[in-house]
Amino acid sequence: MAASSSGYSRMFFKLRKYANKSQSLYHTDSFNVVIRTIWTSGSKTQLQPKVHTKSLPQMVGVVGLEIHAQIQSTSKLFSGSHVRFLAPPNSLVSHFDASLPGTLPVLNRRCVEAAVLTGLALNCTINRKSLFDRKHYFYADMPAGYQITQQRVPIAVNGMLVYSYFEGRRRNQVVTKSVKIKQIQLEQDSGKSLHDDERSQTLIDLNRAGVGLMELVMEPEMCCGEEAAAAVRELQLILQALGTCQANMAEGQLRVDANVSVHRPGEPLGVRTEVKNINSVRHLAKAIDYEIQRQMEVLQSAGKVLNETRAFDSKSGNTIPMRDKEGLQDYRFMPEPNLPPLFVYESEASVPAGVDPAQVVVIDRLSGQLPELPSVKRTRLVETYGILQEHSFTLVNEDGLIDYFENVVQTTKAEPRKVIGWVIKELMGNLNSQNLNVSQSPISPCALAELISLVESGHISSSTAKQVFQEMWKAPEKTVGQIVKEQDLWMINDKEELQKICKRIVDSHPEEVQIIRGGNKKVLNKLMGEVQRETKGRTDPVQIRAILEKMVS
Amino acid sequence: MSASSAASRPAAMLGLSIREVSQALRDGRVSATELCRKCINQIQRTRYLNAFITITEETAMEQAQRTDSRLRTGKKGIPFSVKDNFCMENIETPCASGMLKGYVPPFNATVVQKLLDQGAVLVGKTNLVEFAMGAGSTDGVFGPVRNPWSYTSLYREQSTEDPDSDWAITGGSSGGSAAAVASLSSFLALGSDTGGSTRNPGSLCGVVALKPTYGLLSRHGLIPLVNSMDVPGIMTRSVHDAATVLRILQGRDERDSTTVQAPSTPPRLPEHFDIRDICVGIPKEYHAPGLSKDTLAQWSRVADMFEQAGARVQEVSLPHTQHSIVCYHVLCCCEVASNMARFDGLEYGHCSKVDSSTDAMYATTRHEVFNSVVRRRILSGNYFLLKSNYERYFVKAQQMRRLIAEDFKNVFRTGIDVLLTPTTLSDAARYSDFIQEDNRTRSAQEDVFTQPVNMAGLPAVTVPTALSHRGLPIGLQLIGQTLQDWKLLTVAQWMEQKVNFPMIHLHGESNERELNRSVRERTHTIGS
Repeated sequence: MAASSSGYSRMFFKLRKYANKSQSLYHTDSFNVVIRTIWTSGSKTQLQPKVHTKSLPQMVGVVGLEIHAQIQSTSKLFSGSHVRFLAPPNSLVSHFDASLPGTLPVLNRRCVEAAVLTGLALNCTINRKSLFDRKHYFYADMPAGYQITQQRVPIAVNGMLVYSYFEGRRRNQVVTKSVKIKQIQLEQDSGKSLHDDERSQTLIDLNRAGVGLMELVMEPEMCCGEEAAAAVRELQLILQALGTCQANMAEGQLRVDANVSVHRPGEPLGVRTEVKNINSVRHLAKAIDYEIQRQMEVLQSAGKVLNETRAFDSKSGNTIPMRDKEGLQDYRFMPEPNLPPLFVYESEASVPAGVDPAQVVVIDRLSGQLPELPSVKRTRLVETYGILQEHSFTLVNEDGLIDYFENVVQTTKAEPRKVIGWVIKELMGNLNSQNLNVSQSPISPCALAELISLVESGHISSSTAKQVFQEMWKAPEKTVGQIVKEQDLWMINDKEELQKICKRIVDSHPEEVQIIRGGNKKVLNKLMGEVQRETKGRTDPVQIRAILEKMVS
Repeated sequence: MSASSAASRPAAMLGLSIREVSQALRDGRVSATELCRKCINQIQRTRYLNAFITITEETAMEQAQRTDSRLRTGKKGIPFSVKDNFCMENIETPCASGMLKGYVPPFNATVVQKLLDQGAVLVGKTNLVEFAMGAGSTDGVFGPVRNPWSYTSLYREQSTEDPDSDWAITGGSSGGSAAAVASLSSFLALGSDTGGSTRNPGSLCGVVALKPTYGLLSRHGLIPLVNSMDVPGIMTRSVHDAATVLRILQGRDERDSTTVQAPSTPPRLPEHFDIRDICVGIPKEYHAPGLSKDTLAQWSRVADMFEQAGARVQEVSLPHTQHSIVCYHVLCCCEVASNMARFDGLEYGHCSKVDSSTDAMYATTRHEVFNSVVRRRILSGNYFLLKSNYERYFVKAQQMRRLIAEDFKNVFRTGIDVLLTPTTLSDAARYSDFIQEDNRTRSAQEDVFTQPVNMAGLPAVTVPTALSHRGLPIGLQLIGQTLQDWKLLTVAQWMEQKVNFPMIHLHGESNERELNRSVRERTHTIGS
């Protein structure tokens, strides 16, 4: 079906205006800077709000997540319209997407495969038969008046996500936890409402209407923002590895709503609130921790937590009550009569006669396509290269960083443990400060390898190398050798010259020499520093110390 | 309108069957243009029936001329009409509702496209009740449809009243399509059948009306009533024609996921067919209260006919059928509530001027144009679907639906090939009598024999059998097994050949002679 034909696109130009009395379904359409590193909370007290009472055990937060992951596919869940971010408004709208009467949904097999792959990667049971339902509510960016979803029998159930985060003062102790995935269901995305408050009108863009979503429901088994953030980060990596979702929160490909409540362990769960409008992993942690703290304070002051939807305000870091759509909604669920049950088959052999195996979803075939998942990748990196576990997280977190690292390791004789320092400290430090991703690095893996090799072979000192690294960053067209030569940074290995330099320093610092001779050996370091300054770090400290010690003794 | 061209040619064409008129077109006895003009003229002459919402004269004539110039083969040049709940590109499709007034769909329904692909010529979109909800074709925004048979000499001679006050309804909801075929304005018409909406008016208007197996024909482009029961229906003046059209329309459509592959069917219904191989079931529950004497008499007559010809005829039982109507009421309202949710005035259709808030705009938009029938069904459906009611109504109704379907399966399992039942309780009611009761009551009464078939998704066809003492048609229904539509039509054709249903004879028409002649010609060809 043609995505847009002149025949009906005219309809969207006469989109009618009406007063803005309600809020958008999803509030994730603003564009923030992509969060590139795993967020780690600075202060532990903020993480785990503690409210002490004398006799009772302290209250704890309980966090469950509802995640909408936009399926990465070329066309929508039930229509042939293309899926593309930032296309001109209403340019990707089929007759079905606009809910013209008489149109019917046709399930996109690629979307089903994406959900099955995701289910397999999250250790879910894949339902051999799942069903579609209609969920009714009126909303301007949902033209049919209902959303097709999987309320009764979703495609995947009973999964588990294993995630890790770091604890301890230096944040280098790995804590590994898991959270149950209740279900993964296929459903339609809504369109977007663009509110123009000034003219009190709403414009509707249906490009997103009908794009496939996987809704993942995580059980309330997390206790704080950091856990939730780590779980979502791990999920992002898994989805990206699978290629089933680009999982960029700022672009709305991954939308996370948090269900938050507090209670005392052993007691029933408290009244929960739903926190929406979270568009980064960092904000997720902040929003949850704020909400836990808020609820505890409400209870402490003998108040009641209301079952409500709250929006996270990233400016203030607070959650504020959303003007709810219509209070309590009854979605009047009903089976979708236009879609037969969705069958997936264990293996090609179990596909019934008369059905073309190429036209159906076969689990065996998809299991074979599962890529190396992030957790497996990390273990492999630690085992193969002997690097620290925390470094394996950084490598996996950054798109393209593993390849970069392995490239450097292969082109230099330096130990991988030494390479990892360069990659994580120098490379990532520079990339992060300039907000670039790995593929945009001005320094190629080869160039970095060359630099590290020069240090290894003693041709330049490691402090010089850091200087050279910055020069290379600024002037990527120059080779390492060129920079070292131009700036005269080669190591001074000539004994006589070293003696001369040291003599000059000793002669110009008589007071310090006297103090050293008086027994305070520590002051020798000052002289060493002077030598380094004089030579721009082009000397071997061990050698210099030996010479200086001799001179002042 | 050019009356001269219609008069100058052999005039007997309109009463022919598709098979006969195709032959005439092939032989050059009539051109597609002439045939189309005749149909348009006939539509104009019978405007008082109110069978059409839109007459597509211009495009029809253009299409007919193209057909003539190309000399294509196939069903080229056959004029047809379509119930106004099928979408057609560039043709306004209001669906008899103020909601879709001015709405022009950008695409063709699959079944319509298939006919156009065969070279058939669309002459108009036919009248119905708002969104096909009701059994009378009496309360759409375009007014009621009148039964052509209440304008025959036989009816008029019995009537003491003015033709404008005493006339019979067509039944519904595909009343316009039935009237179009019955009044010889079209050789075939598409209807839709959710609870009997094709068979009911087919029976009351004396035409052959087929409701195929659910899923055999694509619903793509059919504005839905109850998705799980809707089927495009075929209305013709002979069983043979219905079979021909079925063959063209059936089969899997990738745009409708509920369609199935059609079983292989021979090019035409068998000429020689031994009725002694057939076992006809007579469901005893269909001896319903309110069944008219005339209808009962015809039912008995045809049952005897089968028996005398050597078919096995036996009484069977469908115990859950009695619950079908109430169960249908729940399921229908639920799907209606859901399907109608899209009419919010935003993307297309009517939009209220009230814009104080989004919700207010939705509410007034919907209130302003949906009639009370539609509004009541939406309200009931939403009530049945409430979380607290769902188990009590929707789930129960679905369970009952399964039992009703099981009843049919059980009967067919005992070796029954087809069931023979009345299609309606009686012949067509007088309009003035019919509107004494509300739509809901009428739907419950009128659909009693037709509706269980939709619950089970089975094929069924009504065959015009005889005229009642009032001179109005009585039809009998044959019900077949799933995907055995062809066998069903084979039996129906046998029955059609035996019952000798008369041709229509419109009273006081200027073309009376033409009609008379066509009656004679047609009688001649019956059974060929």
